[in-house]
Formats: sequence, structure tokens, C-alpha cells
Amino acid sequence: MSEVLLELDGVTKWFGPVKANTDISMKVNRGEIIALLGENGAGKSTLVKQIFGLITPDSGTITVKGDPTRIKDPRDAIGRGIGMVHQHFQLVPVMTVTENIILGFEPVKGLNLDLDSARTMVVEASDRYGLEVDPDAAIEDLPVGTQQRVEILKALSKKVDLLILDEPTAVLTPQETDELLGVMKALAADGTSIVFITHKLREVLAVADRVYVLRQGRVVGEVATKDTDQAGLATMMVGRAVVLQVDKDEATPADEVLSVRDLVVQDDRKLPAVNGMNLTVRAGEIVGLAGVEGNGQRELVEAIAGMRKVVSGSVHLGTEDVTGKSPHHIHAAGVGHVPEDREKHGLVGGYSIADNLVLNRFDEPEFANRGVRNFGAIDANAEAYVKEFDIRTSGIHATAGSLSGGNKQKVVVAREMSAEPRLLIAAQPTRGVDVGSIEFIHSRIVDARDKGAAVLLVSAELDEILSLSDRIVVVHGGHAVAEMPGAGANRQEIGRLMAGGGH
Amino acid sequence: MNNSAFVLMLAASMVAATPIALAALGELLAERSGVLNLGVEGMMLIGAVVAFQTGTKTGNLWVALLVGSLAGAALSAVHAVLTITLRASQIVTGLSLTIFGTGLATFVGKSIEGMPLAVDFRPTPWGPLADLPVIGPVLFKQDPIVYATIVLGFVIAFYLRRTRTGLSLRSVGESPATADSMGIPVALFRYIHVLLGGLLAGAAGAYLVLGQVPSWSQESTTGGLGWIALALVVFASWQPVRLLLGAFLFGFSRQLNFFLQGQGVAVPAELLSMLPYLLTIIVLVVWGSRDLRRRVGAPDALGIAYVRDER
Repeated sequence: MSEVLLELDGVTKWFGPVKANTDISMKVNRGEIIALLGENGAGKSTLVKQIFGLITPDSGTITVKGDPTRIKDPRDAIGRGIGMVHQHFQLVPVMTVTENIILGFEPVKGLNLDLDSARTMVVEASDRYGLEVDPDAAIEDLPVGTQQRVEILKALSKKVDLLILDEPTAVLTPQETDELLGVMKALAADGTSIVFITHKLREVLAVADRVYVLRQGRVVGEVATKDTDQAGLATMMVGRAVVLQVDKDEATPADEVLSVRDLVVQDDRKLPAVNGMNLTVRAGEIVGLAGVEGNGQRELVEAIAGMRKVVSGSVHLGTEDVTGKSPHHIHAAGVGHVPEDREKHGLVGGYSIADNLVLNRFDEPEFANRGVRNFGAIDANAEAYVKEFDIRTSGIHATAGSLSGGNKQKVVVAREMSAEPRLLIAAQPTRGVDVGSIEFIHSRIVDARDKGAAVLLVSAELDEILSLSDRIVVVHGGHAVAEMPGAGANRQEIGRLMAGGGH
Repeated sequence: MNNSAFVLMLAASMVAATPIALAALGELLAERSGVLNLGVEGMMLIGAVVAFQTGTKTGNLWVALLVGSLAGAALSAVHAVLTITLRASQIVTGLSLTIFGTGLATFVGKSIEGMPLAVDFRPTPWGPLADLPVIGPVLFKQDPIVYATIVLGFVIAFYLRRTRTGLSLRSVGESPATADSMGIPVALFRYIHVLLGGLLAGAAGAYLVLGQVPSWSQESTTGGLGWIALALVVFASWQPVRLLLGAFLFGFSRQLNFFLQGQGVAVPAELLSMLPYLLTIIVLVVWGSRDLRRRVGAPDALGIAYVRDER
């Protein structure tokens, strides 16, 4: 029997009146890879933050290598051999790789920082684990995949017996993901235990030895990966059988609805993000934009929706030139937009669900009589959509901010579809949404297509692109690098193109 | 030639630069930890009036300097509690600190308005070095605080660049969440550096009445120097050595005015008294644009309270 490295017993954590973790018990053996699987809000991150000392459990014990005393803070956790790679990278952008890796544990000579020996240490660790980084590069100049390598090196540069990875593959290309999974396997073979959080079933099956499935803050299942499959895991996660494949008929594309020509758009730093993009979307088809995040997708969508200035090129809706028009005008021209950041651009958190559902149409005669709002119609509209979209809420007058991620997204999708747009732009429509809602949102997107809308789908999830798109456009460096039919598209090939490995 | 008006002006520039540099170095420390303290002017005034009172009572310059500095630190403690622990807006709190400090100093200083102070910091010549042409009076015939301030600038530069705590401090100002996850106590770092900032602002105020003009006047003792110090931190891109040079330039420009008057060239006094506020406006413009802030090298988390994201 191998050594038990980490044992959780009855861990419970409250956030105010909400129970985030209930009576969680688990065991991690030396050299084992454990996946924590669960929908958003299932309490996975809360759980690992307790292991790393960022949060203190309200009850229950966490035993690390036989020591059950309370983990006071991250420093204490690191001292006990725990390393953590956070979901949002914890790196100082203006500092070098070396400075970031030694932060908090700097070698010194007298009063002086010993940067030379720190650098040597980084190079050695980088060689040992096969994680290639330039020790002198500033973090802000590195691509995300490399930043993550720095994060992992930072964790490994201390003596680590247990490595926690919180959604490590969320921002990686398929190739980078495979690379990371390889590193994880090698570490485990060396005797490091790994706990990693994910909601990607494929990764769980590829590397984990065992899986703990969390739902609503409880462990609802523990299973060895060799005894299960994707469908089995998905069912455990959601609590019911889930259709992972999207059911849709052949597309029947008609007239061109959106046509983008030689578009150039700058990002927030005034650097060109969209570089001569050409794209058309026809009525009755779903065009999926595949690409690693940060290759101009967001800027493209914002430019089409009128939220970002166009430097050059044009955007046409049907025959109308809408380049540089206001979001209001573009919406009136028949564009529905499910924005990438629903909190920031999709909802007004402090408004009621009913008000949020008419944000795009509140001034239309249906909801306002000469400028005076018609609350009867607004409420009836809300009741209908809450029912149709199965939005789980205490009532239509509850604030949108009080909803869970999945239900917030349903509000946005419901509103944007309510005007029956000619063009529906769905940017990351299921990000941070639970599996049950994903299924529902996907089926609504297909419905919109079948009713004759042109759909532009932007997603960082390749699986989502593959299962929904009738046509796939791969973007890299701000322009389209390849285009292919959705049916039979090759995941490896797309991954290669996304990473810039085309032509 | 060492008694020529120009050389005397250069030497006086060093003295004029010192309080600006002291206060700005303190503010630099606070800002490097991520806390903007717009209360510099208020803390300087409190430091000045308390140092004056102490100096009058004890007749001891060093005690007066110490007590004045501590008074500045005490005022900055208010800022620290409000912005770090209670996460109040740093801009609003800092501004109120200046208003509060000005009012309190005026009140406490009522009885001593215009009175002279019997003791003050005197320049000490470095033997024959002080007789060197030009650089003698400028570099080797100053009071101890001038030298201490220059040394302090280099010490802070070393601290930021080359020490463990310096690296930790920079991480707290750039990315407190990262620092926190590496076990660096963010709040403690911020408290210490805000207090150091107050201490130095207090010292700068104290020096104004103990070194420069040994009398207290609410109107003219600081005359907006606190705002200039704030602006200087930005213009120096949060680099202490650059800050020293910048302080000398400001000191020089103030003295230049007197020099020009002596030469018969009149610069409107209004222009000069406008300067601090003009600079403050520029700083606030820089402050308002995240983009601009990054470009001039501001700590990324400057002005933002840190809350550990628990969920």
C-alpha cells in the first residue's frame, strides 16, 4: 500500500448562508493523479484553496503527510510540500521569469538578492522537468502557454510532494494541453501527487488515476478512470444523463448575411488584433471561429457589434454597410450579440431579471407607451422566457446578479434571441456554464439557425466548435488561416492551425 | 566666485530640493506597495507645525525632527487603516487627509504664526573641500539633512532592486494576489510602507521649519510642496535615483525665480504658485488612464485595495 499523502475528512465550508463544501472526504496517495470534476460552482476551487491555506475550513480536518494541524496560510502549505498553480496565473507581469519563480523564497547573499544562483536554479529546474523557459524574459512578453510553464516551475521549485492545478488547460491550445498532460504524467511517475481541477472529461480520462466528482459542494462519486467513460462521468457530474452530441440536421445556407472585408481592429493596447480579416456567414448556417484566445476573436466580435472602432475594412449586414455604426444601430439592423463577458457587457447585475430581458427592446412600443414603461408586458415577457429557458430563480423581480453563471447566461441568450435576429453572434456562449445549461444553450443556437438566422460562434472550446459548426474558420494572428466544413473536421489538424502551424 | 549669485543659487537649490525629495521618497515607498496617499501636503504641514512646537519647547533640533516625523506617520496611519483594512477609496481618503492636516496644522499653529525658531540646521563646511570652486558650496557646505536625503535615495534604490523585502514589496504593488499566494503578507507590507511614507513626509515638513526658513506660516511653509512631491514620484517613474535628480530640478526652478528677480527679470509670482496644482492635474490625468499609467511605469495595483478572492 503506498503512502497516503493527503487526507481530507469531513471538510465543510460556508460562505455566509451558502454551503460551498459539505462534508468532503478524500484521499490522495503518493504518485497518484486525482481529478476533481464538477460543474461551475460545485465547490472545486473552494476545496483546493483550503488545501493550500488560502481559506480555512469551518469544520473537518486536512491531513498532509500525517500532520492534521491547521494549514495557516499559503506559506505554511508550501512549507509542507504543497504547490499550487492557480486558475488565474499568479505572476507579476513586469518581473522576469526568475524573479517570479523565486518570489517569497529568494536566495540571498548577505543583504543582497542572489539573482545569479536563482537564475541557475531556474535553468536547472527547467531542464529537469523539461519545461522550457527563458529565465530573463519578462512575464508580460510571454504567451500564456509559457506563462503556465513558469507557474508550474514556480510551484516545483520548492520541494513539492503535492501539486494542485486549478483548471490548468483552460487557456491552452490542444498541443499545449497534450504537452502539459505529459508533464503531469512524468511528475507522477517521479512520485509527485497531483490534484487537478477540470471540467474537460477527455483530460480526466487521459491522465487521472481516480476521479472525485463534486456536485453542489458534495462528493457525489469517486471512481477509477479505468472503470468509467465520458458518458458515465457526465452523468455523475450533472446527476442525470446528458446528451454530449448536439443533435442537428444538415444546414441549408441561403443568402449572405454577414460579410467582413479586410477588417483591421486594434486591441486595448492599440496593437492590431484583427489583421485583414475576411469572413462571411450565410443565413441558416453556424460558422464556428476556432482559435486560441487572444488571436483577435474578441476584437472582431466587438467590431461587428459596434463596440470597438474599426481601423480599416468593412462590415456589411446583407447589403447595408454597418462599419463603425453604433451598437444600438447594429442591433436595430438585426444583430443579436451574446457577449463573451456576460457580467460586463451582457447584464446589468443590479437590475431585475425582467428588466434585463428587455434591455435591448425596452423602448419599443411593445414595452413602452410613448416613453412610459408597460410593466404588464415586461413582466409577461419575463415570465414566458423564464419558463421557456428554464431560468432557475426565486422570481422575475430578483436581481440578475443573484443568478448562477448558467442562469445568467440563459437570460442573455433568451434576450438576444427574443428579437429574432438575422445574425446571432455567440461569443463563448457556454463559458462557465454547467453541463445541463450547455446542452440547452446549444440546442437553442441550432434552433435559431433552423429558423434562418446566420450564427457566428466564437469559442475557446474546440469541442463546442466541432459539435455545433456547419463551417469552421480557424483564426490565428488576427486573420482567417483556414476554412473547412464542420462535418468530419479533424481536431488535430485544427489544433495545428490554431497554433499557427499552417501554410 | 563662490559667492556669485549663480553659485549661491545652486547651493540653495540643494536645500530647496531636500524637503521635496524626502516627501517624494516616502510617497514612492507607499506607492510601490500599491497605496496612493494624496495626503502628503497635510502630513508635511503637521510635521512642520509639530516640529516647530517641539523645537521651541526643547531647543533640540533632532528631537524636533523626530517628533515631527512621527506626527506625519501618525496621520498616515489613518490613511493606512482606512484604505488597507477598510478598503476605502485611496483618492478620497488621501484628499481628506490633506484637508484635515491643513486644518489641524493651522489650528495648532495659530499661536506661533510668524514667530521665529531659535534653532535651525546649519550648513557644515567640509574643511578645504568647501572652498572648491562651484562644487564646494553646492556639495560640501550643506546641512546634514541634505546629505541624509541623498543617501536615503540610494538606500531605497538598493532596497527595491537588490533585497528580498524589496522584491516582495514590488510584487505587492504590482500583483498583490500573486504576493499573497506566495505567502507574502500584503496588508503588513502596505501598512509599513504607508507609515514610512508618512514618516518621511513628516520629516520633510519638519525640515522646512528647521532648515529652510525657521518660522511657521500656514500660508507659505509648504506652499504646495506636497503636491509637487506627488507629481515628482510620477515624473521619476517610481525610481528613487531619478527622483533625486528631479527634486534637484524642482529646487533649482524655485531658486531660479529669485535669481532672475535679482537679475531684473520678473517672473509673475502667480505662475510659480500655480505650478504645484498644475502638476497635480497632470498627475491625475496620468492616473485616470490605466494605459498611460503602465507606460510611465506605475505599479499595476496602485490605488486598488486588495481583497483575497475567496471563492
